[in-house]
Amino acid sequence: MPVYNLKINGQSQTVEADQDTPLLWVLRDHLDMVGTKFGCGIGQCGACTIHLDGSATRSCLLKVSMVENMEITTIEGISEDVSHPVQQAWKEIDVPQCGYCQAGQIMSATAFLNENSNPNKSEIRDAMSGNICRCASYNRIERAVELAASKMS
Amino acid sequence: MSPSFSRRSFIKTSALAGGGILIGFNLFQACKPETTPPVDISQLNFNDFNAFIKIADNGMVTIFSPNPEIGQGVKTSMPMIIAEELDVAWDNVHVVQGALDTKNFTRQVAGGSQSIRFGWEALRQTGATARQMLVNAAAAKWGVDASTCKTDSGVIINSNGDKLGYGEVVQEAAALEVPENVTLKEPKDFKIIGKDTRNVDTDKIITGKPLFGLDYKEEGMMHAVVLRPPAFGKKLVDYDDTETRAISGVEDVIKFGDKVAVLAKDTWTAMKGKKALKANWTSDSKLENTEEHDKILTDLLNGNDFKTMRADGDVKKAFAAADQVIERVYESPFLPHNCMEPMNFFADVTAEKVRLVGPIQTPARTAKQVAELLDRAVEDVSVEMTRMGGGFGRRLYGDFALEAAEIAKLAQKPVKVIYSREDDMGAGIYRPSIKYKISASIKDGKITGYHLKEASVNSNMYGLIPNFFPAGAIENYQVDVAAYDSKITTGAWRAPYTNFLSFAEQSFFDELAEILEIDRIKLRLDLLQKVKGTTDERIQYSPERLENVINVAVEKSGWGNAKEGVYQGFSAYYCHNTHVAEVADVELENDVPVVKKVTCVVDCGIVVNPLGAKNQIEGGVIDGIGHAMYGDFSFKDGAPESKNFDTYRLIRINETPIVETHFIENELSPTGLGEPALPPAGAAVANAIKAAKGIRLYKQPFIKHMNTKAPLG
Repeated sequence: MPVYNLKINGQSQTVEADQDTPLLWVLRDHLDMVGTKFGCGIGQCGACTIHLDGSATRSCLLKVSMVENMEITTIEGISEDVSHPVQQAWKEIDVPQCGYCQAGQIMSATAFLNENSNPNKSEIRDAMSGNICRCASYNRIERAVELAASKMS
Repeated sequence: MSPSFSRRSFIKTSALAGGGILIGFNLFQACKPETTPPVDISQLNFNDFNAFIKIADNGMVTIFSPNPEIGQGVKTSMPMIIAEELDVAWDNVHVVQGALDTKNFTRQVAGGSQSIRFGWEALRQTGATARQMLVNAAAAKWGVDASTCKTDSGVIINSNGDKLGYGEVVQEAAALEVPENVTLKEPKDFKIIGKDTRNVDTDKIITGKPLFGLDYKEEGMMHAVVLRPPAFGKKLVDYDDTETRAISGVEDVIKFGDKVAVLAKDTWTAMKGKKALKANWTSDSKLENTEEHDKILTDLLNGNDFKTMRADGDVKKAFAAADQVIERVYESPFLPHNCMEPMNFFADVTAEKVRLVGPIQTPARTAKQVAELLDRAVEDVSVEMTRMGGGFGRRLYGDFALEAAEIAKLAQKPVKVIYSREDDMGAGIYRPSIKYKISASIKDGKITGYHLKEASVNSNMYGLIPNFFPAGAIENYQVDVAAYDSKITTGAWRAPYTNFLSFAEQSFFDELAEILEIDRIKLRLDLLQKVKGTTDERIQYSPERLENVINVAVEKSGWGNAKEGVYQGFSAYYCHNTHVAEVADVELENDVPVVKKVTCVVDCGIVVNPLGAKNQIEGGVIDGIGHAMYGDFSFKDGAPESKNFDTYRLIRINETPIVETHFIENELSPTGLGEPALPPAGAAVANAIKAAKGIRLYKQPFIKHMNTKAPLG
């Protein structure tokens, strides 16, 4: 089985996996990094969102063989102590209900705010529309992104 | 309803070896109304308690909460109630999901928005009892009467102003008798209840810590992905696993019943292995289609094969004497639950024990079913609950845990069963497809009769529902149900029975008001007047509380004074013991109705945690709108026509209104919030769309039945 060298959250990781294994399952099953969630497997729900060279990407559609030598950031790399302004905003607004989709939501929000630090409501809604929250905590996601933007500016 | 119980039946204390006191209580025993202890309390040991308060020598309090957490917030709100009466600072409270054993699971109740309602009195009594024991211990130490002492945030204070921290008297308290008569706080003195309190798991959720069933793993565990019959009514003939077994990493292929499990060391390999299976299926009966269901349900509605759930007066007579009879039919599709975390469960079956771990709303029933399936004593089965990535009713059913147990037994290895989204949507226990026919008789401009007929796939309506509004408000009133026996599995879906019924009835009353040329609000309020002072004990709702939420919603939403271009729709409903009124504001964008705002007024009694409560309301309203607008699930040849989110539409953030929530302030015992905001939402939106576009919607999803191709949002 092929071996891949991955750069995840600033650290080098070596994994042995079939070339077609999605990064999602490499993270979850091979590396025990379970913060990245499985929701649909076809890039529709956003639960598995990670950053690839800084861009929000669906890890369920990303074959491990495609991501060598790229910077991979997962929810575990955002901060482990809730120190990132997006996490702080999520906590202050008390966004989660079941919480399952929230790692993906936070990954989409951080990538978006890195590109647009002063978004309006309509831009926030567009940027976050790729992430489904089945509990429909959408009002709070919207407010948390606004709050995070103000913290980051 | 106030639960009656003896404290002795569910509280027991003990000193901890390492210092501190452990107060055990049987939450499920205590939270059930009118329960009696299963056995003599003196025979119980700590294994009979499923929730614990631990007070350490340093005064820190740990509350072990056994309740399933599916996103409804009880892991935060139930400990808040204990902490309030215990009178400790919330910052000094640490909440832990309790480790449980089967013995305790057998007394578990969960679901139906009932945790807070049933828990309220018992949780308060538990906290207050513990507090009184600490006070008694301090009073003994000081040699004063306990009644002269008070507490403040974990400190006991006597009349001289002397102070002792809880931690300083826990050892003595543990040795005391459990007091029988304790005083509960007055609601005006609450310091924790009624204060915004953040979800206790938030830090873990937003840093990606393992919490959910899908995150659970053990050394040597196999990942199992299961091939199930591709349609309801199909059976397995045979299968060929040659290609599957050739995949590196596939460890085993196991047939059980009409299913085949592929076991591998990782999920992806197991998924690939399943794809490579070649199976032949057969069916010994005709496979079902949505078109046929439509015809069957329509025939049922028009037939005479009904079971009467409630009949007041004589509807036949009222209809015969009417000036006018208004009759409308409302239709809904099936709905899948689509929890974001697909179904999954861990099982380890050995000669000694059966260990189950995962997301489940009903561990008691699941433990029992697994014991029966494996022919084991229920005492051998333990269930550990993980946090759940949504429930919505799907995790009331333990079918996935049974699969895990069966595979683990056959494989003789610990196994975690994982559903793909396609598995999850295809092997569902769906909200059944339902049709309602509602008829009203009008005489001299008044509603004299109301006849509701339900035709449902399998069964839908539950015993108490026919006693909801408008029962009691209309002299001649009848509710009839008919069902078609289907092979498609159906069951509870968030706000079971009322999630669609509320849409039908609240749309009907809106249309009645138009036909009768009566103000929509007045029509509802006039009906409620007739229920006031009713002696009918079957009536579930309070006309006064429903009237109040309606009036407050009128005021808060600016009903009747909407600015130009804003069209409002009204809806009010009682279910799950909570009264709710909603006003939807719709605007037209390129002639397409867009829901901009929903004003929601809720009477759930005392609001334990306003921050969490508002989250439930916002989510419930948007969930209700999303499914009314987009939820569409049909069957062809016994198989669902949607399998994943590319063909099944869930509401997204850019399609959501802002929800403005108002709680009625009162000191009544609290009721649940996980469900009641959902049912009124569909009708509020439909009634607003009628105001905006003149289109009256009778069928869900609205998107399919609107005269427009543009997306609604």
